[in-house]
Amino acid sequence: MTLDLNIMIAILAMAAATVFTRISGLVLIRHVEMDERRRAAIEAIPPAVVMAVIAPTAFATGWAETLACAVTAIVARRLPMLASVVVGVATVALLRAVGL
Amino acid sequence: MLQQSRPPGEPIVGEFLAGMRAIFPLVIAVLPIGLVFGAVAATKGLSPLETTLMSALVFAGGSQFVAMDIWSHPASWIGVGFAALLVNIRHVLMSASIGTKMQSFSDAKRYVAMLFLADELWAIAEFRAGSTRLTPAWYAGIVTPFYLTWVGSSLAGALLGAFLGNPAVIGLDFAFTAVFVVLVMGFWKGPETGAILAASGVASVAVHHFVPGVWYIAAGALAGLATALWQGRAREQAA
Repeated sequence: MTLDLNIMIAILAMAAATVFTRISGLVLIRHVEMDERRRAAIEAIPPAVVMAVIAPTAFATGWAETLACAVTAIVARRLPMLASVVVGVATVALLRAVGL
Repeated sequence: MLQQSRPPGEPIVGEFLAGMRAIFPLVIAVLPIGLVFGAVAATKGLSPLETTLMSALVFAGGSQFVAMDIWSHPASWIGVGFAALLVNIRHVLMSASIGTKMQSFSDAKRYVAMLFLADELWAIAEFRAGSTRLTPAWYAGIVTPFYLTWVGSSLAGALLGAFLGNPAVIGLDFAFTAVFVVLVMGFWKGPETGAILAASGVASVAVHHFVPGVWYIAAGALAGLATALWQGRAREQAA
C-alpha cells in the first residue's frame, strides 16, 4: 500500500476538476436566463461528449468493437442498460474469439 | 430553507429503500467496470490504495479510464486534471438540469448531492423527477450503494488484477464503451441528434488519429455544439 506524492497530486487535480464541473451547473442556473436557442445548444453537448469519448473505440479499433457497438446500440432500444451491456460484452468477446 | 416536515406517506426509510431498488440494475452494471478499472490501474503501476483513493475522490469512471489511457511516470497532474475537466464538462449541464428539480433539497443538500453526480445516477434521478418529487432520502438511496460499489470494486480489481488477467479476453474492457453506447441511445431525440452525433464522431476519430492526448473529446464536443448552433440558425431562418 504505497501512496506516491505525484500520484496523489494528480488524483486531487482530477477531483478538483470534477467537483468544479458538478457544482458549476448549480451556480449557472442561478445566474443565467436560458432562451430557447441556448437551451438547444446546451442539450446537444451531452450526446456530443459521450459520442466523442467512445468514437475512437467504436470506429477506429477493429471490426469486433465496431460491430459490438452496433449490436449494443440496437439492443439498447429494447433492453434495459444492464442487459444491453451484457449483450455488448458477449458480442465483443465472441467476435474476438473468432478472430475478428 | 430547511424542510421542517416531510409529507405524509413518504417515510425517510421507505424513500431510501425505493432509491436502492431503482439503482440496483446499475449497481450490477458498474461492478465489472470498477473491477476492470482497478485491474487497468494496477497495470499502470498504481497501488491498490492509490486506485481506491482515485475512485473515492474523483468518482467519475469516464475520466478515470481516460486518465489511465494517458497515464505516465511521473504522473502529469496538469494532463490528467485537464482531461478530467474535458471529459466531465457534461456534468455542468447535468447538474444545471437536475438542479432545477431539487425543490425539496436545502441549499447545502443540493451541493452535497452534486458531489455524487455520475451519468447513471443523473439519468435515473431525471427519470424519477419526471414522475414524482425528488427527495434527499431517495437520492441518498441511489447514491450510497452505487458509490460503495464503485469504490469497492475498484479496490477488488486492483487486488485481483493479476488473477483477472487480460480483461480483453472475456470482453470486459468493452463494458465501459457499451454503457456509453447505451447512454448515447438515451440522448436520441430525432434526426437532429443524429447530425450532432455524426459531427462529434467524425471530429473525434479524426483528431484522435492525428493529435496525441485527449483533445479528441473536446473536438467532438465542439463539433456537436457547432452543429446544434447551425441547426438553430437554420431553423430561425426557415421560420
